[in-house]
Parts: sequence; structure tokens; C-alpha cells
Amino acid sequence: MLRYVFRRLLTAIPTLFVIVTISFFLIRVAPGGPFNQEKGLNPVIKANLDRQFGLDEPLWMQYLNYLNNLLHGDFGPSYNLPDFTVKELFEVGLPVSIQIGASALILALVIGSALGIIAALRQNKGADYAVIATATAGSTVPTFVIAPVYQLIFATTLALVPVAGWAGGAFANKIGPIVTLALPQIAIVARLMRGSMIEALRSHHIRTARALGLSDWSIIIKHALRGALLPIVSYSGPAAAALLTGSIIVESIFAIPGVGRYFVEAALNRDYTLVMGTVVVIAIFTIVFNLIVDILYAVVDPRVRYD
Amino acid sequence: MKKSLRSLLLATALVTVSYSAAFAEMIYNRGNSADPESLDPHKTSTVYEAHILRDLFSGLVMQDAKADVIPGAAESWKMSDDGTVYTFSLRKGATWSNGDPVTADDFVYSFRRLEDPATAAEYASMLYVVKNAQEINEGKAKLEELGVKAVDANTLEITLKSPTPYFLEMLTHQANYPVHKASIEKLGADWIKPGNLVSNGAYTLAEFVPNDHIKLVKNPKYYEADQVKVDVVNYFPTEDRSTAIKRFEAGELDSNDDMPLEQLADLKAKFGDQVRIGPYLGTYYYAVKLDKEPWSNPKLRRAISMAIDRDFLAEKVWGNSMLPGYSMVPPGIAGYEPAIADYAEMSQIDREDEAKKILTELGYGPDKPLKLEIRYNTSENHKNTAVAIQEQLKPLGVEVTMVNTDTKTHYGHLEQKGDFDYARAGWIADYKDPETFLGISRKASGNNYSDFNNPKYEELMDKAAAAGGDPAERSKILSEAERVLVDDLGNMPLLYYSYHNLVSPKLKGYEDNVMDVHPTRFISKE
Repeated sequence: MLRYVFRRLLTAIPTLFVIVTISFFLIRVAPGGPFNQEKGLNPVIKANLDRQFGLDEPLWMQYLNYLNNLLHGDFGPSYNLPDFTVKELFEVGLPVSIQIGASALILALVIGSALGIIAALRQNKGADYAVIATATAGSTVPTFVIAPVYQLIFATTLALVPVAGWAGGAFANKIGPIVTLALPQIAIVARLMRGSMIEALRSHHIRTARALGLSDWSIIIKHALRGALLPIVSYSGPAAAALLTGSIIVESIFAIPGVGRYFVEAALNRDYTLVMGTVVVIAIFTIVFNLIVDILYAVVDPRVRYD
Repeated sequence: MKKSLRSLLLATALVTVSYSAAFAEMIYNRGNSADPESLDPHKTSTVYEAHILRDLFSGLVMQDAKADVIPGAAESWKMSDDGTVYTFSLRKGATWSNGDPVTADDFVYSFRRLEDPATAAEYASMLYVVKNAQEINEGKAKLEELGVKAVDANTLEITLKSPTPYFLEMLTHQANYPVHKASIEKLGADWIKPGNLVSNGAYTLAEFVPNDHIKLVKNPKYYEADQVKVDVVNYFPTEDRSTAIKRFEAGELDSNDDMPLEQLADLKAKFGDQVRIGPYLGTYYYAVKLDKEPWSNPKLRRAISMAIDRDFLAEKVWGNSMLPGYSMVPPGIAGYEPAIADYAEMSQIDREDEAKKILTELGYGPDKPLKLEIRYNTSENHKNTAVAIQEQLKPLGVEVTMVNTDTKTHYGHLEQKGDFDYARAGWIADYKDPETFLGISRKASGNNYSDFNNPKYEELMDKAAAAGGDPAERSKILSEAERVLVDDLGNMPLLYYSYHNLVSPKLKGYEDNVMDVHPTRFISKE
């Protein structure tokens, strides 16, 4: 198993290299540059800026410099926020996004699975329909609708929580972003769980267990759940990578200082180094979570072996 | 017994409340549409950081609550008779937030740093009026040759290239604020971090969490610290305007510098006087590709401009958050009369008739429709403006198409002199003088997207610069220059900007002005 993990981590290096290379050249193909704005710069000032950020060198040279810096853990300064290096921006923002994303993910897995199991056990009954209806609604209402409605009801009208802001990570400020991120995920997990649980309950070994007279509870928890978890596990990998790296919509509506916004803003601002930093971070998260999912497969399903 | 216990509790509570009120910090939570790009005065360019830097630093001169020039780090100044040498007497005893004295040398260092090509200051051009500044910035002269000299610790002498009546106004710009030499030399790029930043303004930097907040606290060493009422000002970036409104409503923000303008009528109904809208020194215009057929014909440009109903744009598209504009320089600069287009007073129907006549004369009609492409940068309002213009030009047989790109692509395209017919642009005043609006249409300006190159205009602009010693004469010549630009339609002005702030009635001293400048040191909160 350890050897498998090691091998997977090794193959991640060329993957990252390819991702970095493609992204580096792709963002440079986009017209305009980091210093184009409403107030134009005169050519002298533009040349001074280009020189300072090394943009006056040939592109291949910039690429080699970037790779070299990256190998030394240096993501470079942000072009549009020159007071901060890309690393500093992530040091501040990533913990925020991870806190919100991880909480939303846990909430989604726990509540979503529970609802899915309930629906599966009460298949085609009232509870099932209720769960399915809620799940469908939950996955179709976009976060940019959920968030303002939450603010309107709980903050502006009832004054129970603040409208927005981070306030150093106060609990009341986190509820909105977490709930907004979690709701659509709960819906997805519930639907996945319902489907796989129904299938698991129909399988032969469950029928045998019932015939042996095991209690319902023990059948569900000990025997059915394990098999039913597989689709959830494979879904959680990419979901975790996406949730933990932040959401621009949730972050801007709730004014929280996460990193989700950088993916979009940096690209729009042609903040080359920040774009690259974001790409690398998201790539690493995706690679790591896919690996974790594969390991979990082996844990959940005894038929999977990596030796 | 019960009753007396209750009154005892009540009394205690009252005492506690009044006690804490007397010692409570005055905190101003200020919504600012975006985070600053940088807090280094020499690396800034936007109005978002201007608000913050105005609180942190004190230039030679500053702006008061009405945006008028007042003494800053300099308590007085003299101008030589020919208007080219300014001698500033610095405030005696004024210090940086760490206790170091603010000296003339600090300004020499700062102005040299602004022009040093290695600094790569976006607003280096702010001081180009100073002798040798541009040459230094272009790498053609040495730093020591800058026309800024410390006569003694408290006297600073600045020599200009030519008389510049707006020089003091220019000095209020944040790029001209002083920086603390010792900490820059010691800390390098980290000098700007909270805990490191040494400033000489009414406030010092306590915290900066990007995309979250910037906390400034009162600087006890500021020369007028006894008059500063707000103890703590928190700047919150409020990029989501709808959230900002809700935060304002919930009392989380005391003011915000923007609002969703499409909801203006509702906001006015809801917030009444707290919605503050008024003329702001900014012009929304279309650049025209002047060196391209058929737009090289000024008659044709005139027909297009006449046919556009600016009242409709201001009212229906912008919900009266903009004003119809017929000149490059918006009204509001004392002593200057903008050159308004001659058709401004004509009725829209007459203008359309005249425009039709011109188009027919030039041979355009149903058989030979005129094709016009409008480029604009992404924004709902820019799009709606272009769509309205498309509809307005349709009856004249003009076929308008639109190209929308994101902001960086848009300005990159204009800067590289890419192909277009008409392209959206805007200009916000850096200082209160017509020069800021007219300078962008000069031949050599990086903002001259239309490539306007009119010898008469250049001549008048030079003449105005030479007449610097006589403000009335200069204004007159500038106005003549603008007349050339407006009549020739070197750019097509469409609208004047307005500021739009949400201000809580608790705030006192937040005065409306055309520069939309609101230094916290003049503000207090109930």
C-alpha cells in the first residue's frame, strides 16, 4: 500500500509539470496584460513596470525563471497586489477557504448520507418523496440565490447573524457561508446515498443476513452501508478539492477572505503569478484527494487491493 | 425589597453604560468598493487606495472635507514671481508615527523614489511637471538632478519646468505623499506591512487582511491629533454591492462608496437622504478611430454624436446616476468654463434631422448603410449604453454592432492601437484642474486612444501651459483648446459621472464634493 502511495505521488510530478506549462502559456495568450486599465500608462512607465516584473524578457526565459522559482517554493509577487507575494495571499486565504469548505463537506456527508439512508429505507413513501423533493430543490437553487435570501431572512430581518464579513473567523460569520456551500452538496449526497443504498439492500448478502435474522439496524450499518458508501467516496474526492479551494460566489457575497475569488479575479486581472499559484494549489488538492479516494476504496471495499 | 433591588440594578447599569460611553472608542466602519492595490504611495493608482492613503499619510498639502487645498506637512509656501519655484516651509515639530522628525530630506527622498525607474511607479507622471522628473523616469537623467532640494531641514524647494497653476492640486494626489526612508532601507518590500509601516498622517496601519479589512488607528503623534475624532477606521472591501447595502442597513457599515445603481429609485425610497448623489469630476466617453475611414471625416463624427440622446442614457440607462455630457471637462472646476458642444441645446428631434441630413449628404442611405462597431469592457451598464445607442442610431440607417471584452483585453487593445470604430472609455480627475481631462487627448499621451493629433489643439495647450502665471488667461486658452477638441469630436463625450455614496446620519463631517474626497480626520460619529 505504501509503495502504491509513493508511486502515485511520483507520477503527480510530471502531471503538475504539464499543468504548469500549459497554464503558463495559456494565460499569456489572453490579450491585454496586468497593467492595462482604464487609465492608460505612458510607454516609459509601462516599460519600467515590465522591467520590474521581468515581463520584458522573452517568454521562454520568463517560463524558465518561473519554473526555477517554483522549484524553490517561490510563487513570485502578485502583480495586482504588489504588497503581497502569492504565497502570502494563500497563507491568509487558504485556511479560511479550508475551514468553510471542510465544514460544508462534513455537514454534507453526514446530513446527506442520513437523509439518503432514510429515503432508501422508506422507498416510495412520504419520507422518500420529501427527501427527493428537497434534494432536487437543493441542487437546482444556485448559491447566488441561497446566500442573499439567507442574508435577508437571518441578518437583515431577524438580526440573528451578521450580513457578511469574517470578523476574524467568528462563528456567527461562518454559518452563512457554510450553509450556503453545504446545501447543494447535501442534496447531491442524499441522492447518491439513496440510490446506492437501495441497490445495496437488494443484494444477495443482505438477503442472506435478513434470512439469518439479524436486526435491521445491524444489517444497515454493518453490511449495507459499506457497499453503499462507494459512490459517495468517489464523489467526495473531487468535491473536497473544489470545496476546500473556495467558491468565488460565496466568498464575495459573504465578504470572506478566502482564495476561491483568486481563480476568477486573477485571470481577469491578468495577474499571471497569482493565476499560476491558484492553478498549482488546485492541481495539488485534486491530485491529493483523488489519491485519498483511491486509498479509501481499499478500506471500504475488501475486493480492492493495491499490491 | 424587590423594587429597590431592581432600581439598584438599573442604576448600576446606567452608570456602566455612561461610563463605557465616555471611554468607548469611536469606530468608523467604512465600505470601500475594492481593496487597495498597494499601500505604498508610489505604487498606487486607484481611488480605493487614495481614501486609505489620505488617512495614513500627509503630503505637503492636503484636502479638507470639501476637497479644497489646505496645508499638510508644509505649513506655508511661497511661489516665485515667474511661477516656477515653490518654497515650502515644513511644520516644525511634526513627526512620523515612530517619532522621527518629518524633514525636507524625506520629501527629496520620496520624490526621487517616485521618479526612479526602478520603483516603476504607475503615477510617476504626476510629478513630470517638476524639472528633470520625466528625464529621470525615462532613465535619461540622474536622481540627484531632480528639481527638488532641501534648503534646510524645514525648507523644501521645488523647481518646475514651467509655471503650473495646478501644481498644489497635483500635490494632493497620493503618489506625492512622503515615505519613511529609514524603514524602506531597513525592511525593503516589507516596510508596508502592518507593524512596520511608519506614516505621518492622522492614522497608522494596524491590520491588513486582504479581501477582509484594513484597520487604521489614530496616530497620537499626528500634528493635529487633538482634532481627530474617530479612533479606529476599518475599511471593508465591498465588491458585492448588494451585500454592501444589506450591511449598511444592518449597521455593519457606516458608509459605502457605491450602490447597485439599477436599484437607485428603490434605494432612494428606502434610505432617503442617506443616498448621496452629486456631480463628480469624471467623463464617460467614446474614443473614435480617427485615422480610419470613414471616421476620419469630422462631419460624420458630428452626425453620430448629434443623434445620440444623452438625456435618455443618463435617465433610463443609468437611472440618473450620470448626467448628460457634451464636453470633455465636466462642470465643477472653479474658474473654468467647459466648451459645451454647440448642439447641446438643440432639441433631440432637430439634432436627428440634422444628423440625417449630414448622412444623406455623405451618401449614406438604405442602399449604402453606415456600419459602426462599438467596443466596450464588461459591465452591464456599458452594455446597456451601447445597446441604447444602437437603437438610437437605427432610424438613421446606421447599423451598430458590438464587441464586448473584459477590461484588460479592452484597454490592451486600445493601448496597442488595435482596430475599432468607437470604443468606450472613462476618465476620473486626478486633481481639480481642466488639464487632467484635456491632457489625455494630447498627441503624446498614453491615454489618447483616438490618436487625436490636431496642431491647433497642441498649440493652444502649449500656450495655456505658458500662460501658467495668469490663471484667468490660462483658463480661457484651455477652454479654447477644449472647443477645438469638442468641435472636432476627437473624442465623443457622452456622460458626466456622479458620486454615489450611502452615508449614515450618524456620521458628521462627511461633506459632498466633486472630488468625492472624504478624509476620516474631519469625520466624527455619534
